[in-house]
Amino acid sequence: MTDTAVHGHDSSTGISNIKLGMWTFLGSECLLFGGLISTYMLYRGRVTGGPRPAQIFDIPFTSVSSFVLLMSSLTMVLAVSAAHKNEHRKTNLWLTVTALLGATFVGGQVYEFTAFYNEGLGFSTSLFGSSFYTLTGFHGVHVTVGIIMLMSLVGIFKRSAVPGKKAEVVEMIGLYWHFVDIVWIIIFTLVYLIPV
Amino acid sequence: MTTDTTHAATSAEHAENHGMSNAGYIRIALILAAITALEVSTVYIDFGPFFLPALLIMMAVKFVMVVSYFMHLKFDNKIFSLMFYAGLILAVGVYAAFLATFKFFIQ
Repeated sequence: MTDTAVHGHDSSTGISNIKLGMWTFLGSECLLFGGLISTYMLYRGRVTGGPRPAQIFDIPFTSVSSFVLLMSSLTMVLAVSAAHKNEHRKTNLWLTVTALLGATFVGGQVYEFTAFYNEGLGFSTSLFGSSFYTLTGFHGVHVTVGIIMLMSLVGIFKRSAVPGKKAEVVEMIGLYWHFVDIVWIIIFTLVYLIPV
Repeated sequence: MTTDTTHAATSAEHAENHGMSNAGYIRIALILAAITALEVSTVYIDFGPFFLPALLIMMAVKFVMVVSYFMHLKFDNKIFSLMFYAGLILAVGVYAAFLATFKFFIQ
């Protein structure tokens, strides 16, 4: 028996509409990030002025950031697990930890952007700069939106004002959060680890 | 006692329904962390001709593990897999063709 059937969602198909909508949205997000990643891959070697990728990338620093985001996926899945077990305090705790890890990642990205700018890589310095800031910036905005959703969820839970099934709401935000993580898995490899 | 038994039964049912327990999630996270460490090691250790294929395979393994286990796609209704992988395959196909038109793969 499938999970959706076990939980008995109210739809004519027996499939949760909100979950189907979220997966369709994530499928469409693949196209958005696919475009940004492809553009970066095409332009990463186009440096007419300013520093080249190998000159400015700080692999140890970005590796730690990647590890932090990866671990936030673990805390998120633990929040979803706790929500399914109706463990409210644990759910709120793991959601808060996930948001803090996400904020650490975004803080690291802000630091990285500032360092790159100080080293001479502005948004319009080169095609590499433009495509790099656009790709990683879009990802950073997605993480920030995720943090806002997580903290909003914690606030809403404290007021006990969750519309619909609580566990499903946590699961949907969890899906979004994990998607942001898998996009970073690709960006980390293609942008930072593979040399131009 | 009754409450504990009920709670344990609920937890077991939950783990069965989602295919994973919390210990299972932690194991997956440790494997992901180990793969990430291996990925980073490719920057410092010369893997020769295996460098690029190894990195791409490790990236794909991490991607599939997160999607399958953390996002529960492995245990959920197949229509969710269809919706997500349709978007992903479309994106990979469209942008591979896009990059091919710019002779990206023969540079």
